[in-house]
Amino acid sequence: MQFTTITSPHSDRPNSVSRTMLLVILALVPGAIAMTWYFGWGILINMLLASVTAVICEALAMRLRKRPIIPVVGDFSAVLTALLFAVAVPPLLPWWLTVIGIAFAILLVKQIYGGLGYNPFNPAMAAYVLLLVSYPVQMTSWLPPEMLNEHPLTFLQTATVIFTGALPGGLTWDALTMATPLDSMFTQLDQSKMVSEILMSPLWGDFGGRGWEWVGNWYLLGGLFLIYKRIISWHIPVSMLASLLVIAMLFHFLDQEAYPFGMFHVFTGGTILGAFFIATDPVSACTTKKGQLVYGACIGLMVFVIRTWGGYPDAIAFAVLLLNMAAPTIDYYTQPRAFGHQGARRD
Amino acid sequence: MQNLNQTKQKHTLHRFNGGLHLPDNKSQSLTQPLQKAAIPKRLTLPLQQHIGEISEPLVKVGDHVLKGQMLAKPQGYVSAPIHAPTSGTVVAIDVFPIPHPSGLPAPCVVIETDGKDTWGGQLEPMPDYMHVDLSILRERIRNAGIVGLGGAAFPSSVKLTPGLDNPINTLIINGAECEPYITCDDLLMQTQAERILSGITIIRRLVGAEKCLIGIEDNKPKAIRSLRQAVTDHELSWISVITIPTLYPSGGEKQLIKVLTGKEVPSGKIPATIGMICHNVTTAYSVAEAVLEGRPLISRYVTITGKGVAQPKNLEALIGTPVSELIAQAGGYTEQVSKLIMGGPMMGFTLATDEVPITKACNCLLAADKTESPDPQPALACIRCGQCAAACPANLLPQQMYWYARAKDLEKVQEYNLFDCIECGCCSHVCPSHIPLVQYFRFAKTESWAQEKEQRAAEKARQRHEAQLARKERLEAERKAKIRQKKEALSATKAKEASVKTASPDDIGEDPKKAAITAALKRAAEKKAKLAESGIKPKNQDDLTEAQKQAIKKVDARRSSHEEDATTTDEQGG
Repeated sequence: MQFTTITSPHSDRPNSVSRTMLLVILALVPGAIAMTWYFGWGILINMLLASVTAVICEALAMRLRKRPIIPVVGDFSAVLTALLFAVAVPPLLPWWLTVIGIAFAILLVKQIYGGLGYNPFNPAMAAYVLLLVSYPVQMTSWLPPEMLNEHPLTFLQTATVIFTGALPGGLTWDALTMATPLDSMFTQLDQSKMVSEILMSPLWGDFGGRGWEWVGNWYLLGGLFLIYKRIISWHIPVSMLASLLVIAMLFHFLDQEAYPFGMFHVFTGGTILGAFFIATDPVSACTTKKGQLVYGACIGLMVFVIRTWGGYPDAIAFAVLLLNMAAPTIDYYTQPRAFGHQGARRD
Repeated sequence: MQNLNQTKQKHTLHRFNGGLHLPDNKSQSLTQPLQKAAIPKRLTLPLQQHIGEISEPLVKVGDHVLKGQMLAKPQGYVSAPIHAPTSGTVVAIDVFPIPHPSGLPAPCVVIETDGKDTWGGQLEPMPDYMHVDLSILRERIRNAGIVGLGGAAFPSSVKLTPGLDNPINTLIINGAECEPYITCDDLLMQTQAERILSGITIIRRLVGAEKCLIGIEDNKPKAIRSLRQAVTDHELSWISVITIPTLYPSGGEKQLIKVLTGKEVPSGKIPATIGMICHNVTTAYSVAEAVLEGRPLISRYVTITGKGVAQPKNLEALIGTPVSELIAQAGGYTEQVSKLIMGGPMMGFTLATDEVPITKACNCLLAADKTESPDPQPALACIRCGQCAAACPANLLPQQMYWYARAKDLEKVQEYNLFDCIECGCCSHVCPSHIPLVQYFRFAKTESWAQEKEQRAAEKARQRHEAQLARKERLEAERKAKIRQKKEALSATKAKEASVKTASPDDIGEDPKKAAITAALKRAAEKKAKLAESGIKPKNQDDLTEAQKQAIKKVDARRSSHEEDATTTDEQGG
C-alpha cells in the first residue's frame, strides 16, 4: 500500500491565524457593547463601515499584488484592524475620515510592506495618528457618556450625522459633543487649575471619566480572556500598566494638585484597550518575553510623558508607534538563554 | 506496601522551557496484551540500523543461517553487528527499500525463514555478571548488536565505555516515553521490570555510576508501580523510580536530565561531561537479555496503533519483519487510513510504502487517519506571535531562526543556536500560520553541513595547492643551487688550470657546449642587471595586485579540484 509522505510533526495543528484573530475580536465584544451603551450607535456604525472598507481594501491590495484573495481576507486581520480603529475614533466621525483612515491603514501601513506579518507599525494606530494630526477637530469631538448626554441621538440620526454631517434640528456641534475626560483634565491643568478643582465636575467617576471607566473594565475583561486563552501573554499589558501606574503615582505624590492620581491614567482614555489589544499586536510588538516587559514598560512611560507634557489629548497611539520602531532592537538585546548555554548570546 | 512507600521519597523535579501537553492517545494500544508476532516468510535486515559505519556481511546468498547467528560484523569502532532473527536461508544481499526519511533503498540481507526457529551460535549466558571482567561484558554487548533503542540507535557498547576524564556519577534511565500513541516502553516496564533492573545493574557496573534515576511520565502508573515493586523486592536502594509530569518532550535526553537533576548538558556536549549517562529502558532490557541469556538483539516490542488499524496493540516482532505483516496482525488497515508513520506523531517519519522492514530503532507504527494527522495547510506569513518560542524546550527563538533560514543566511541562523534544535516539532505544532518550522531548521542544518564540507574541501585544495607551489619552488631552488655549485666547481678548476698553465684555445675547444652555456648565462646576467638599472622588472607575479593574485589562486584551486574530481570519478568508475 502506498502513502503520502510529509515531514514531522504529523499532529493536528490546534492554532490558526483566523482562530487567533477571531478570539481577539470576540474579546473586543464586551468593551464594544459597553461603548455603544455609553456613546451611542455611532460606535457600531463606525465598526461596520470600517470593517467593510478594510475588507475591500485588503481584497483590492491582493488583486493588485496578484495573490489569492480569499485566504488573506479570511484571516480576519483586516477586520480586527478596522474594529480597533473604530473603537478608538469618536462615535460621530464623518464617514470619509473612517474610509481614509482604514484605506491608509490597510494599503499603506500594512500591504505596502507585504501584508500581515511584515508591517513594522500597528496599522490601526498609524491611521489614528494620521487622522488626529490632519483633522484634530473631528478627531477630538467626542460624545458625552450616556448619563451626561442631554441629546441622545437615535440610530437614524446618528447615521445621518456620520454620512451627511447634517445635525438634527436645533442642535449645534458644541451642544452635542464634548472633549474626552482625559482631554479636559489636561486642558484645564494647562490653564493652571488644580486637580481637585477639576475633579469636582460631574464628568468624573471613581477613577476616570464616568462611562469611560466602565468601558475600561469591560476591555479588561476581554483582555483577561485573551491571556487565559493564551492568545496574548501577560508581559506587555502588565508591564505597561505597571509602569504607567508607578510613574503617575510618583508624580502625584510629588504634587497632588498638578498631577492626577495613578488610577486616573489607567482608567481614562484608551489605556486598557491599548494595553491588552493594541500594544499586544504581535506583528509590531516585541516577541521575546524580556523584550515584551521592556516594550510594555516603555509604552507606559511614553504614555505618561506625552499625556502630561505633550500637545495631544491621548498618547496610546503615539507611544505604541514609537515603541514599534524600537521593537526589533529590543528583541535583539533581550534574547533568552538557550538550553545548555552559559549566558544570553552577545556579540 | 510500607517499603513501597519508602521508595517514593521526595525528589525535587525541575522544568525546561515550554513543552506541550498533548493528548497522549496511549490507551488504544494498551487494551490488548502483548503478543508475539508470527515469523514472516521473509526478513529483510538492513546492514545499517545504527549510527556509525555500515556492517560487513559475513554470509553469502544460499547460506543456511540459524537464529542468533551473526549475519554482518561491525566495521570500525562505532558500528554494530546484525544477527539472524530466526533460522532460514539467505536469498539476497542487495539494495532494498528501508524505512528512512530519505526513502532511499540501502543494502540488506534477506532471509527466507524456514519456520523452525532453530537457535545456533547462541552466546554463552553470563549469570554471574557481577564478577565478569568489564571488558568481557562490553564485548558481549557489542557482539549482541545492542544499540540505543530510544530512537537514535547509537551503538551501546561505545556509550558504555566512558572516557577517563568524565567520571560518571549518575545513570539516567529514560522511561518517559513522551511521544503520544507509543506504549511499547510502558508495556515492557509493566512486564519485564526485573530484567530491566538487571540491565540497569550491568550498565551501572560498566559506567561506574553511584546512583540511578529512572524517569517515567505520570501517565504510566502501572509501569511506575511495577518498577518500584521490583526495586523494593531486590533492595536496590541506589535506584530511584521518579514520576515526572507528562509534558512533551520530557523524554528528550537533555530535557529528561534537566527534569530529574536540574542540570543542563552544555550545548554541543554529551551528558558525560556533567557526569551523567542516559539509556532507554528497552536498551537496559536488551543488555540484560544479551548478558543473562546470551540473546542478541533480534526482536523488539513495537506499538501498532492509530485509527488506521483495526486492532491497535503491541507486538514483539523480529527485526526485519515487513511493516505490512505487522499491520495485518493488528487487524489490517481501516478504511480511513491516510498516513503511515514510523515512530510517534511528533518526531516520526512517514513511510511511502509498508513494504519495508522494521529496524532495531523502530518503536511504533502509527497508521493515522485524517483527524489524527491532517494534511498540512498552506503556510501563511509569520505573525510573530512568539508561540513557537514559548513552546521551545531548548529555549530558542524559532521565529527568528525561521526568517534567517528562509533567507538562507546560515551564519545568522547558527548564531541563533540552530544546532541546539532537537527537532521535537513543538514550534511547528503550535504555529498559527502552519509554517513547517522544523522543516526549515532541518534544511538549514543540512545546508550548513554541506557548506562546512565544501569549506573543508576548499581548504584542503588550498593546502594542496600551496604544498605544490612550495614543492616547485624547492625543486627550482635545488636546481639553481646545483647549477651554481657546478659553475663554481668549473670556475675553480678553470682558475686552477689557469694558474697551473696558460690558457690554450684547445681547452675551450674541448668543451664548447659548456663555454656556450657560460657565455649565455653571462649574457643573461648582464641583461638582467641592465634591466634592473633601467627600472624595468622582468614580467612575473611579483608585482600583481592582490585581486589578481586571488584570481590566480582561485583558478588554481578550481583546477586542482577538477583534477581531484576526475580522479574520484575514475576510482568510482573502476
